[in-house]
Amino acid sequence: MTAISQAQKESTGQVQPRRQRRELSDRAILNLFIWPTLILLIAWNLFPLIYSLFLSFTDYSAIANKAPTWVGFQNYADILSDPQMWKYFATTGRYALVTVGMQTILGFSLAVLVQEKFKGSGLVTTLILVPMMLSPVVVGMFWKLMYNPSFGYFNFLLGFRNPSTAPEMLAGRFAGQPVPNLALWAVALVDIWMWTPFVMLLVLSGLKAIPDYLYEAAVIDRASSWFQFWRITVPQVMPLLMIAILFRTIEAFKSFDLVMGLTGGGPGDQTELIAVNLYRQAFLGQWRTGRASALAYIILIVIIAISNLYIRYLNQAKED
Amino acid sequence: MSDFYETGPSKPVTESIRVDKVSPRSRRIHSLRAIVVIALAIFLLIPIFIMAMTAFKTRSDVVSSPPKTVFEPTLEGFVFLFTERAIITPGRITKLQEAAESGDLGLFDRIALKSGQEITGPSDYVTRLKNSLIIAGVSTLLSVILGFFAAYAFSRFNVPGKDDLMFFILSTRMLPAVVVTIPLFLMYRQLGLHDTHIGMILLYTVFNLSLAVWLLKGFIDEIPTEYEEAALVDGYTRMQAIRKIVLPQAMTGIAATAVFCLIFAWNEYAFALMLTSNTARTAPPSIATMLGRGGIEWSAIAAGSLGFLIPVVIVVFLLRDYLLRGVTFGAVRK
Repeated sequence: MTAISQAQKESTGQVQPRRQRRELSDRAILNLFIWPTLILLIAWNLFPLIYSLFLSFTDYSAIANKAPTWVGFQNYADILSDPQMWKYFATTGRYALVTVGMQTILGFSLAVLVQEKFKGSGLVTTLILVPMMLSPVVVGMFWKLMYNPSFGYFNFLLGFRNPSTAPEMLAGRFAGQPVPNLALWAVALVDIWMWTPFVMLLVLSGLKAIPDYLYEAAVIDRASSWFQFWRITVPQVMPLLMIAILFRTIEAFKSFDLVMGLTGGGPGDQTELIAVNLYRQAFLGQWRTGRASALAYIILIVIIAISNLYIRYLNQAKED
Repeated sequence: MSDFYETGPSKPVTESIRVDKVSPRSRRIHSLRAIVVIALAIFLLIPIFIMAMTAFKTRSDVVSSPPKTVFEPTLEGFVFLFTERAIITPGRITKLQEAAESGDLGLFDRIALKSGQEITGPSDYVTRLKNSLIIAGVSTLLSVILGFFAAYAFSRFNVPGKDDLMFFILSTRMLPAVVVTIPLFLMYRQLGLHDTHIGMILLYTVFNLSLAVWLLKGFIDEIPTEYEEAALVDGYTRMQAIRKIVLPQAMTGIAATAVFCLIFAWNEYAFALMLTSNTARTAPPSIATMLGRGGIEWSAIAAGSLGFLIPVVIVVFLLRDYLLRGVTFGAVRK
């Protein structure tokens, strides 16, 4: 028996008990690592979801001292037969269509422009991305000042110097005459300003991932740049563009902060998006908790349906 | 040319130029494109310039029509934002003016004096800002810690039903805030968490956890497992291996995740509006309701917005390489 093996024996003899004492099994570590997160998510997301599903079938007000009474599908029937609610959904749909459409077109064009590096392009790209990182309610407040008919910069920069003949964007009037949907487009414009950079960012990463040899092969084959754009650029970027569109469409149906900051739903109910109306029914003055829960579920179902459509289309695009 | 054959290129070739991009015509288009991009960026940032400008205007300059582009900058907006003021009584005005001349008055007091007001104390906004800092800070810390451990487990262990669990975690973020707010409101009222710091901290922690898990899993996936395995063979415990090997390598990812969580918690409005009323209210809902005695105090709102904006701009610049991951829940990587 040599000194070395003696030393080995001693060292293993020392290490062994310590490891047994302090080491947790991987199984225990796994549970220790995952469960706190899962418990929090279940308590704060899954439980409220189930609870509000229950509430949506009841007549209940959070400020009345009365237990919820079961009414079955009454709330859903009420909402679906209320023309007012259909109007809010239509407003939201129009808003989503315009904002997402414009963001897609502008974001795509911007990405194609920014794509090629020049001196300082990193800084410029970063600056373009700033709006989407701002607090929507701060953005809303600020554009409210921009839109102000007498001292805002919006009309000033557009060249309207006389307040009485200028558009009042958020009041939905032009030179004193009401213009249908003007306020909605004013809100949509801010949304487009804020979120076009998001679409740009996603498209940009898609553009960067297109291998150069595709274009080189096209050039050697004397393909026109128009042909290159439609046959190489667009299909290659499509999956990422679809993700961007999906995210923005979901957000449009959740849109709340920006509208609250800008108009609070007004004038009248011109900018009453569905999420704003939900807030009004659930909290402001009305406190119709049961009915609001039902509306929340309808919104959720619409969002899930739209997401599914997109994802199906996305998978198809991938297969092609 | 012969030089080239003997010594090779004078500069190392780091990138090749595409064959179709070397003609003078495409170069001209290239520089034209740069100008267009810069012009567009400036155009897009006009509202932010105006916001910054408004923060330094006096109350009368803000509402002047047509809007002023040249004006004398003042810190009045910031004074209005951070303090409560009262109209100075005629008896005190000479005394205050003397104090101002002898230099006894602070900067804020002197600015308030110019508009005939005296500072009586800090405004509500100071408390709101403090709440925002506490709630956003603590919740970010919690979500990053919990998220790191969960992400590690999902990345390294064979979790049963892994894909379903990951999807469940992601789906919690897809819910409209308004859908969960109603039951949360009732739950918080029952538990006594309504309008408390701890309630908001827990809410934002959960709100950010899904993002943290997804982002951090992506970052940890990129760290080769060989290092840890070697460490485990050498007698490290799992915890030691995590602390000494995974943690240092995941640090950039952790920092990026933390900042994204911080921005979300910092900007959040809907939950704060519905689940707080006074003691735990954060800054965003109070910016929206900041009404002065004579109407909306625009310069104060602009000052508050600017204060909110500057940290974000710095962060965006520092994080530009991770931005894509952050805003898409780690679903898309560069």
